Amino acid sequence: MRLELGKIHIKDVQFGPETKVEAGVLYVNEDEIRKLVLEDERIVSCRVELAHPGESCRITPVKDVLEPRVKVSGGGEIFPGALNKVGQVGSGRTHCLDGACVVTVGKIVGFQEGVIDMSGPAAEYCPFSKTQNVCVVIEPKDGLETHDYEQAGRMVGLKVANYIGKAGKDVEPDEVVVYETKPLLEQIQEYPDLPKVGYLHMLQSQGLLHDTFYYGVDAKTFIPTLMYPTEIMDGAIVSGNCVAPCDKVTTYHHFHNPVIEDLYKHHGKDLNFVGVILTNENVFLADKERCSDMVAKLAKYIGLDGILITEEGYGNPDTDLMMNCRKVQQAGVDVVLITDEFPGRDGKSLSLADACEEANALASCGNGNVVIHFPPMDRLIGMTDYIEMQIGGWAGCKNDDGSFDAEIQIIIASTIANGFNTLAARGI
Amino acid sequence: MDKIRVVHYINQFFAGIGGEEKADIPPEIRPGTVGPGSALQAGLGDEYEVVATAICGDSHFGAHMDEDTETLLNMIAEYKPQLFVAGPAFNAGRYGVACGNIAKSVEEKFNIPVITGMYQENPGVDMFRKDLFIIKTGDSAADMRKSMPKMAALAKKLYECGGKVEGIGSPEEEGYHERGIRVNYFADTRGSERGIQMLLKKMAKQPFQTEYPMPVFDRVPPAAPVTDMKHAKIAVVTSGGIVPQGNPDHIESSSATKWGKYSIEGMDHMDKKDFMTIHGGYDRAFVTEDPDLVVPLDVLRELEKEGEFGELANYFITTTGTGTSTGNAKRFGEEFVPKLLEDNITAVILTST
Amino acid sequence: MVKEIERAGIPVVHMCTVVPISKTIGANRIIPAIGIPYPLGDPHLGEEGSYKLRMKLVKRALKALQTPVDGQTVFETDDF
Repeated sequence: MRLELGKIHIKDVQFGPETKVEAGVLYVNEDEIRKLVLEDERIVSCRVELAHPGESCRITPVKDVLEPRVKVSGGGEIFPGALNKVGQVGSGRTHCLDGACVVTVGKIVGFQEGVIDMSGPAAEYCPFSKTQNVCVVIEPKDGLETHDYEQAGRMVGLKVANYIGKAGKDVEPDEVVVYETKPLLEQIQEYPDLPKVGYLHMLQSQGLLHDTFYYGVDAKTFIPTLMYPTEIMDGAIVSGNCVAPCDKVTTYHHFHNPVIEDLYKHHGKDLNFVGVILTNENVFLADKERCSDMVAKLAKYIGLDGILITEEGYGNPDTDLMMNCRKVQQAGVDVVLITDEFPGRDGKSLSLADACEEANALASCGNGNVVIHFPPMDRLIGMTDYIEMQIGGWAGCKNDDGSFDAEIQIIIASTIANGFNTLAARGI
Repeated sequence: MDKIRVVHYINQFFAGIGGEEKADIPPEIRPGTVGPGSALQAGLGDEYEVVATAICGDSHFGAHMDEDTETLLNMIAEYKPQLFVAGPAFNAGRYGVACGNIAKSVEEKFNIPVITGMYQENPGVDMFRKDLFIIKTGDSAADMRKSMPKMAALAKKLYECGGKVEGIGSPEEEGYHERGIRVNYFADTRGSERGIQMLLKKMAKQPFQTEYPMPVFDRVPPAAPVTDMKHAKIAVVTSGGIVPQGNPDHIESSSATKWGKYSIEGMDHMDKKDFMTIHGGYDRAFVTEDPDLVVPLDVLRELEKEGEFGELANYFITTTGTGTSTGNAKRFGEEFVPKLLEDNITAVILTST
Repeated sequence: MVKEIERAGIPVVHMCTVVPISKTIGANRIIPAIGIPYPLGDPHLGEEGSYKLRMKLVKRALKALQTPVDGQTVFETDDF
């Protein structure tokens, strides 16, 4: 598959009478977005607010972050099976509004929604403190059941990102990046002397607020499968989860999977990037065993020399991570793990819930338990009523002036376990 | 500019008072440097001044640890220290433990940077490595010339970065015993790229360095089985986040720092009106509906009635397992186990989600 | 927590879904539970079915507590 990704650089976002991109500025029509969101009768009100980098502005509770994208050619549509009609994606041309994000905000479903600060100390940790954000603040109907609310919120993000993305369809991109992966045998032939490398992408799939969808299929219901890396760039994978805010793989991060992006940078130079294996993280031991067996089988079957593995979430998914690591390494494929750590606020405890001997190569995405201060902000998008309950907060952590102390795990994607950030932990 | 005030701690031997026969001398303090203090002063340079040297006999300290610590802290306070150095103790066990204790107490009381030095086999290393920077030294005083400059260098660095561990380099760079503490930093390249670099080396069979060495878990031998179940008293402990409605003790949904103990007296099952789950790591819908799925009170009552075991404790102990540090989990255990012993609990059923 | 209880000489049986974590942390008597969202029971079996399943697991736990073990032991069946 060959995908041309046309990046339209967005420097600013403003309200305007028409949703369009002009000279690097994204204009959005608030009424059209609200109308779109309120089509779903489970949502009773919707506000659109804009947040720019550097502003004294806090956004919370954040559910998901998405980048507006549109399919220009090559078949299929963005978010196939999840929003648009299901159909093969990953080829042709796609445009993205690079630097702009849709952020869905609303009262919490669970404890897992997070915080984005547009400036101050917490902004250092958050990739979305540096993007132009269109925040969609929703309010669910009274008494809406939690699974329904999660689904409604997820659809809001997809719809709005899809709607804004269309504004980029006929805009000439500032930059076009070409990604190509050939059918397996051809791809191996192309660089016969380079080591064959794959990527095992573990999708969170533990139920409410912990689900991920592949072409609309709930990941907990599939068995490990192969994917062309370019499919993910067209929205084949959609986040339906919150996990803990810090290691949530947002839908934005599926579009911009850092392992896939960086493997493409090395592709044809010092390695041959042959493809992606998708697997899940399940709540039953038998599923964990079965899926990790299949992952090891696939890795061997497609002839990999090495593989990178990333997980989403912490706690019992660490077991999936270790099972995958052990079985794949024992199958003779070299493994490197990428994950974040939770060794406690003082950094003195063990970082992961599980361990195995084979896990001798690991890149760290930082300690999510570190406590920092969140100063008061001039503007609040959403509400801070739940800060003390959100993961990373605690009873009494919030002050009257709106400031609070919390572990950095309350910040969306601060320690995201796929290596997107430069934050890391080291031993002293 | 005023010089930075440093207090140094040494034992009776390095103070030149005497060997084992003088090991029972009580705490004292002298202005300026004593013995190895001159080497410390030389290493620290002109901006620092060793203003006093605290001294205590190793045996005396070992026998009166709490009082001697108190006495020494009071003596040291008078010199208003900004930096504290203890030892080095090399391979002297009692001296190492004293250095560790006094350095840790000084850090807690005055909130200033502290440092000590020991040989790797000194028992003080394992006792205090989590709490202190302990410079690696040789096993005897013959190593003083080499170890004191290293102690002085790291002490200065610690002072300059305000005692924050984030400012200190790796154990290899600075020459201290690895403390087992994870600290955050911003790397030059992102995690995915570092992972790829590591994989390229691993595949090429070249040396590579993991960023997180796998831990070794300690093991506890199994306790003896229950021999008289008919008279056994059973308690339930859970990491499944079951708490009374409203979560009165505010136990966190993830990365818990607290545990709770709640009554089940007179209840024949876990009613959803009374209990809820706050666990942030799973879909809570099923357990919300039926908390017996985590705390099996209904069947335990039935078995208790049938006489399958003696009796059920009239409470259960609970916390949230997900993301909870092993340090906290261990502490929870240490905190509630005395209660279990006091209540003559014969055996525990621990449930996890 | 398991180890601290056992360290005090009180036998403990760990009923948990993710047996590998239990093994890693060092529990000695382990009963595999049903699943993370419902460790002891299965709501899909109805109230009675779920209760029976829970009874079976708890009985197994009591039996495990009365069984001498040398090291880490996972009690997968009632057959021991």
